[in-house]
Amino acid sequence: MRDVAVVAFAQRQESKINTESEVEFMVPLMNEAKDAVGLTQQQIGFTCSGSSDFLAGQAFSFVMTIDGTGPVPPISESHVEQDGAWALYEAWVKLQCGEVDTALVYSYGKSSPGSLRDVLATQMDPYYVAPLWPDAFAIEALAARLLLERGVVSEQQLAEIASRSREHAASNPHAIRKTPKSVADILAEDYAMAPLRPSDLPASADGGAVVVLAAGARAQELCERPAWIRGIDHRSDAHTLGVRNLTQSMSARIAAEKAGVGTDKIDIAELHAPFSTSEAVLTTALGLGDDTVINPSGGAQAAHTMMASGLIRIGEAAQRISRGDADRAVATATSGPCLQQNLVAVLEGE
Amino acid sequence: MSDEVLTAPLVLEYPFTRTTGPVIGAFLTGLREGVVLGVKRTDGSVMCPPLEYDPITSESLSELVPVSTVGTVQTWTWNGDPRPQQPFSQPFAWAMITLDGADTPMLHGVMVDGPDQMTTGMRVELVWRAEREGHITDIAGFLPAVDSATGEPGALPEGVEEVRSVRTPIRMEYTYTPGRALSQYLRAMKDKRILGDQCPDTGQVFVPPRGVSSIAGKSTLPDLVELPDTGYIESFNITRVPIKMRPDLTPPYVSAWIVLDGASVGFMGLGMNVEPEEVRVGMRVRAVWKPDDELEMSAQNILGWEPTGEADEVIDDYSRVGRPQREGAS
Repeated sequence: MRDVAVVAFAQRQESKINTESEVEFMVPLMNEAKDAVGLTQQQIGFTCSGSSDFLAGQAFSFVMTIDGTGPVPPISESHVEQDGAWALYEAWVKLQCGEVDTALVYSYGKSSPGSLRDVLATQMDPYYVAPLWPDAFAIEALAARLLLERGVVSEQQLAEIASRSREHAASNPHAIRKTPKSVADILAEDYAMAPLRPSDLPASADGGAVVVLAAGARAQELCERPAWIRGIDHRSDAHTLGVRNLTQSMSARIAAEKAGVGTDKIDIAELHAPFSTSEAVLTTALGLGDDTVINPSGGAQAAHTMMASGLIRIGEAAQRISRGDADRAVATATSGPCLQQNLVAVLEGE
Repeated sequence: MSDEVLTAPLVLEYPFTRTTGPVIGAFLTGLREGVVLGVKRTDGSVMCPPLEYDPITSESLSELVPVSTVGTVQTWTWNGDPRPQQPFSQPFAWAMITLDGADTPMLHGVMVDGPDQMTTGMRVELVWRAEREGHITDIAGFLPAVDSATGEPGALPEGVEEVRSVRTPIRMEYTYTPGRALSQYLRAMKDKRILGDQCPDTGQVFVPPRGVSSIAGKSTLPDLVELPDTGYIESFNITRVPIKMRPDLTPPYVSAWIVLDGASVGFMGLGMNVEPEEVRVGMRVRAVWKPDDELEMSAQNILGWEPTGEADEVIDDYSRVGRPQREGAS
């Protein structure tokens, strides 16, 4: 295996970006990441992006942002209709092949132009579930009640997760929901989608993220302290909700094992957990203990940018390693209802 | 210039018709006939609604068995704000319900007056829609079941026409915002002005503007450049068959690739006030605008392009766009 590292990261998240088109707000971000390591587009070996046409309301919407990279003469590129974490995975595989030494990964999404809850209903089984238009919050709430009634987690623990997210988010300039709120005050909230309270839900955001990857010596040239990807894996649970045990995440557990999460101490974990319940399930699936700081950025609850939140978790974890705040970190990305699909990456400073 | 964000409604519709296959088709046929079917898995358990395969073991499944219309709520949530197309228009509970005789739960709605009437483990009974066509919504939803309700499984439908496809249309509504460059472009259109953007590296001009130069990978904002409403035809075709989406166009008509004076790229326009046979590459044209009192913030203000009568453009460089190869990728 080649050593591959995150060498640059840029992000933007706001509750609503309606003055700029996707390409208009992504170009400055792409250039911020490229400039950080002094690379031009033509010096980058491979480019991979992630976005969703159903969010954009436009077929082949990703071609507009490819224009923003400056793809003249034509560049080697690819796109996934998924969170950018999966674009990063494709770029990592490309780097493993040894043909290129650097890769640009970006993803973005605007949820504000449409109804995200309707958009996400379309990812459900098209024969039996999607025609009923259940929204994403309702599906998560069904799992939440199972978690509570089977004693896997308590409402108190969910409120603690939500409260900590706000506390950590307070120092994150990209977070949306960052006003502190005590556990007691969260428990006093009326249910939004019982048994989920407003603070258990993600704060929806528009935005995007950019990561530059580099292999081996090239990474060391470009970055003082690269965040080396020591393990990365992604797994998917069944699409049919009825055959899944929604109180646990088999896919996250297996991906974590394959990525080597449990082989040493994890300093920080950036978990793509849109809901308090998702964080509880992921923490267990990854086997994280009290010696790991969970979601120091506030996590996806504090700002949830569809298609970018997973890539942002990897970027947040990598930044902390590059700054020297952490030596070993884990980042996850999720896709589909109730943590259906999960990607787990282990990052290290040395 | 106004800072107000331009918006326009955007509706996306996919009129999907999906083929059902032997198992989903049988289930939907059952619904139409008033029977709920599950499928037997190799461990003897019954999955309902059924699939042609076992999502856990990937084995093929085909043995259909009728199950009850009465079942047990496994988990639920309260939907206080129902959206169009959901099972009920009044607030209702979403629930995962395992029908008697089945071992896996299905998602549907339960109609009760409030969340205080919902509990995990409660018994519910399926309510059929009066008019049924072989669709998951043939089940109107569920109601609390009386203790004695058994919902006897029906018989496998026989001698009826099988459901082979199902309509699952998708409709989503968006509020589209065009971004900074296109907003300026659309506003200028109302004044019969055409804006483009300029590459900060090469000086090339693109119209309509996108706020970014794809040559340089750089923003072209905030200042756009104004172009004249004259140019030449770089390429064209003559359409002789009617197009369904444009009933306003009577064949034969000319679709032309218009390059404005000072622009580095062209765009599509309609030939006007000219016989199709007279159109040629290099022909000089100018915009034909809508009457002033009909102008909107829209590119449709330009009805088409008519000949100016000037001498033809001599096109000696078709490679306006591009730049020298930079150093190789690393």
